[in-house]
Amino acid sequence: MAELEAVIGLEIHVQLATKTKMFCGCELSFGDEPNTHTCPICLAHPGVLPVPNEQAILYALQIGAALGCEIAPRSIFHRKQYFYPDSPKAYQISQYDIPICGAGKLGQVRIHRAHLEEDAAKTIHVGDSGRIHGSAASLVDFNRGGTPLVEIVTEPDLREAAEAAEWARLLRETVRQLGVSDVNMEEGSLRVDANVSVRPAGSQELGTKTELKNMNSFRFLQRGIEAELERQRDLVGAGGTVEQETLHFDPASGELTSLRSKEEAHDYRYFPEPDLVPIVPSEAMLREAREALPELPAARIERYVDELGLVRDVAATLAADPETAAYFEQANTDAAEVEPKVVANWVTGELAAALRAAGGGSAAESKVTPAALAELVTIVGRKEISHGSGKTVLAALVAEGGDAQAIVDREGLAMSDGDGDLAAIVAQAIENDPDAAAEIRAGNGKAIGAIVGAVMRETKGRADGGEINRLIREQLGL
Amino acid sequence: MPDKGVLELTVAEAAARIAATELSAAEYFSAWHEAALGDELNAYLFQVDHPAEHQTIDGPLGGIPVAVKDIFATEGSPTTAGSKILEGYIPPYTAAAVRKLDAAGARVLGKTNMDEFAMGSSNENSAYGPVLNPWDRTRVPGGSSGGSAAVVAGGLAPCALGTDTGGSIRQPAALCGIVGLKPTYGAISRYGMIAFASSLDQCGPLTRDVTDAALLLASLQGRDPCDSTSVGIEGGIVAPSRDDLQGLRFGVPRELARDQVDAGVREVFEATLKRIEELGGVITEVGLPNAEHGISAYYVIAPAEASSNLARYDGVRYGMRAGGDGDLLEMYETTRAEGFGDEVKRRIMLGTYALSSGYYEAYYGQAQKVRTRIAEDFRTAFGEVDFVVTPTSPSVAFGLGEKTDDPLSMYLNDFFTVPMSLAGIPAISLPAGLAAPEGGGPQLPVGFQIAAPAFAEQKLLEASFALEQAIGFDAKPGEGSGG
Repeated sequence: MAELEAVIGLEIHVQLATKTKMFCGCELSFGDEPNTHTCPICLAHPGVLPVPNEQAILYALQIGAALGCEIAPRSIFHRKQYFYPDSPKAYQISQYDIPICGAGKLGQVRIHRAHLEEDAAKTIHVGDSGRIHGSAASLVDFNRGGTPLVEIVTEPDLREAAEAAEWARLLRETVRQLGVSDVNMEEGSLRVDANVSVRPAGSQELGTKTELKNMNSFRFLQRGIEAELERQRDLVGAGGTVEQETLHFDPASGELTSLRSKEEAHDYRYFPEPDLVPIVPSEAMLREAREALPELPAARIERYVDELGLVRDVAATLAADPETAAYFEQANTDAAEVEPKVVANWVTGELAAALRAAGGGSAAESKVTPAALAELVTIVGRKEISHGSGKTVLAALVAEGGDAQAIVDREGLAMSDGDGDLAAIVAQAIENDPDAAAEIRAGNGKAIGAIVGAVMRETKGRADGGEINRLIREQLGL
Repeated sequence: MPDKGVLELTVAEAAARIAATELSAAEYFSAWHEAALGDELNAYLFQVDHPAEHQTIDGPLGGIPVAVKDIFATEGSPTTAGSKILEGYIPPYTAAAVRKLDAAGARVLGKTNMDEFAMGSSNENSAYGPVLNPWDRTRVPGGSSGGSAAVVAGGLAPCALGTDTGGSIRQPAALCGIVGLKPTYGAISRYGMIAFASSLDQCGPLTRDVTDAALLLASLQGRDPCDSTSVGIEGGIVAPSRDDLQGLRFGVPRELARDQVDAGVREVFEATLKRIEELGGVITEVGLPNAEHGISAYYVIAPAEASSNLARYDGVRYGMRAGGDGDLLEMYETTRAEGFGDEVKRRIMLGTYALSSGYYEAYYGQAQKVRTRIAEDFRTAFGEVDFVVTPTSPSVAFGLGEKTDDPLSMYLNDFFTVPMSLAGIPAISLPAGLAAPEGGGPQLPVGFQIAAPAFAEQKLLEASFALEQAIGFDAKPGEGSGG
């Protein structure tokens, strides 16, 4: 018998991080006292009507743009009927045959569609079964009910469990960079279901699929798919056939249990939601969605090289992850009078070294704010302190945060007042070491070190080495 | 002008006197409150305690009491939609239409009886008993806004708010001898109107005359951010003043000239057409080739939407709960079995079936196509005529219990009103005369329906006003009639 190839598609529910719910003005919340974020609309009182959240529509358009989806010029909401305590209207407002986002692609995986809908309330079944049947009581928390969701459905383009988990991570990172969701799997703001089937390798037909519900980490997603693939391969290998069903994967036991079979599948009786008008995104909304797309790393590197004059490998280091890029750009903006490449070198050089010395961590997560770094490079640039003192200040910022000038003042690192004083100290040092001065004049460049050292001792290291060099040469007439 | 008793005043007259401080708003409200307490028609389900009112209240409806169909949510007072399943329900919010009336200075007098969830044409489907027709208490007032029609006709309120899904304002207005206006779908916010069939439901006024209907509509109409489907009427509404029908064309649809129309109703209808001609209007025949399929389409679409809208009544969050001793499913089933009446259950089952996988296209999909065709028919017709006119109802008020065992015959009551609902266009029913019922008996009111293009309410009211003056209908219940 031919080898059995896995065919995997994913359905991802993304809770949108809007201020309010999808169809009413209740604030979104997580972990608050149950049933404190409700109103007649999200409790489905008689007579209420839904009003779509414009921010959620914009977020959906942003997701669509990031996934390269075709945007429907006119999409409609449908009612999806099901009777369950987590659905107070007994229908979910969702999208059916005309979703807001059509075909797209992320990485090597084609996107089938992405649509807007509302989340259900949270049910807690009290008792041993943990399910509605056989529970002693069921409790409902309507705080979550009505949270805006975007459901993203892929084509069955994934071939391995690990590949599926890896792609899901890419999707999460993409959505996270958009800033439209918390994408926290444990809190349920990102939920992944997998459709899994097997077929003889090389076949173009799809086998009967099963649906794995709600795996709340990428590791469990991978393990769940692996377990289900093993089950299907064993079954088909032994001459059996896969039945269409919905399965729950228990990561603790590694067991798969059936939630419902094909016969028990719901008839959702979809029909167009008569309480809502079609979503017709305006040109302005589409533009806003496109413009809100974060810059992808490749584009960012080019911009750093072309517009900021950075060397390519420094640009690549800064552009790799959005946090470091944002950190650099903020510091660069704040340090207006310093060349971008100087700021870039501080971020990738001195700051990176200081963080490593302090035990690691990224610039963005460190105690050194972009503003503090900007102030530091500005002070160094103005030669108010030496480059060496700058490193000292940076070490202090890494350890304790705060602002650069305060540390300079506290540590007394300011270079002695102005060029006049430094010139006098240099003159004194030359006078004190006539032999060295003579050797310098004779062309022995190394001899300059003795005089620089003397000046440094006199200034307690606050003077800038380059400036001392310049003054020595100037005063010796070189 | 000779002084009339305050209860004889139209809303427009009373509002003018209150505004001029010739009439005390408090006394006027008191007088109506007193009258309403004398309800012997089972028309009210709830009446407010007499509120302490100021002498005048600002606004175009300042100081006007209004009876509100019990389908509108009213914060702090019971709202049942005529159903047992909402027994004891006190809404935490007030419907947009009621808030609009309140902002215009009107005050709620009470909540009126209705067919359960607005499903019915006789008011016999109320869980709280039928409303009696003030013209003849052995007869129905029509439905579903039967309570709202009966209080206005029976002198228990100066005006009322109703809702119309397939004729629920116009048909009871016709059977009770008053004016009932269904505006264009989207003219008035539906927020807080308990949904029956969301794509058809529209609220409107039931009044003694056309001027009062215009006055109420002026305050009710408008776009509401709480209702995405509301748009309001551009230019607003002003009091109508036209006294002729010169140059206006009235189309009588040949497909709706059915022989099911009672002879008496037909006579009044023909006489009214003559009046139109006397006023300079032109009567022509017009084609609405798909209108006769309206009832079939309506009784798929409305129950389909109802099956969805009524699924929320589960006994968990509000209203009645029964069978709480078993498990959740048992509680759901018992609550819905005991809470809903037969007609509501019939329509939920019909609608659920129509939306089911495998049947959707054959029923709901097909019905929507018919609906689109009917709307196109009207658009075509309005290229030739200004208005389409029909009898409002094929008969005068029928007897209580006469049609309760025959749902199909009951549904045919909506034959003339449903096409306009499906097309979403405005239509008004005017009292046009009296006729004896088929089986004999005292004379009863007959309604004349005029339909206009979408959002042409002002034009519709102007023509209606002119015709109303010419007809001069001034018969009242209890004057030589039954009752």
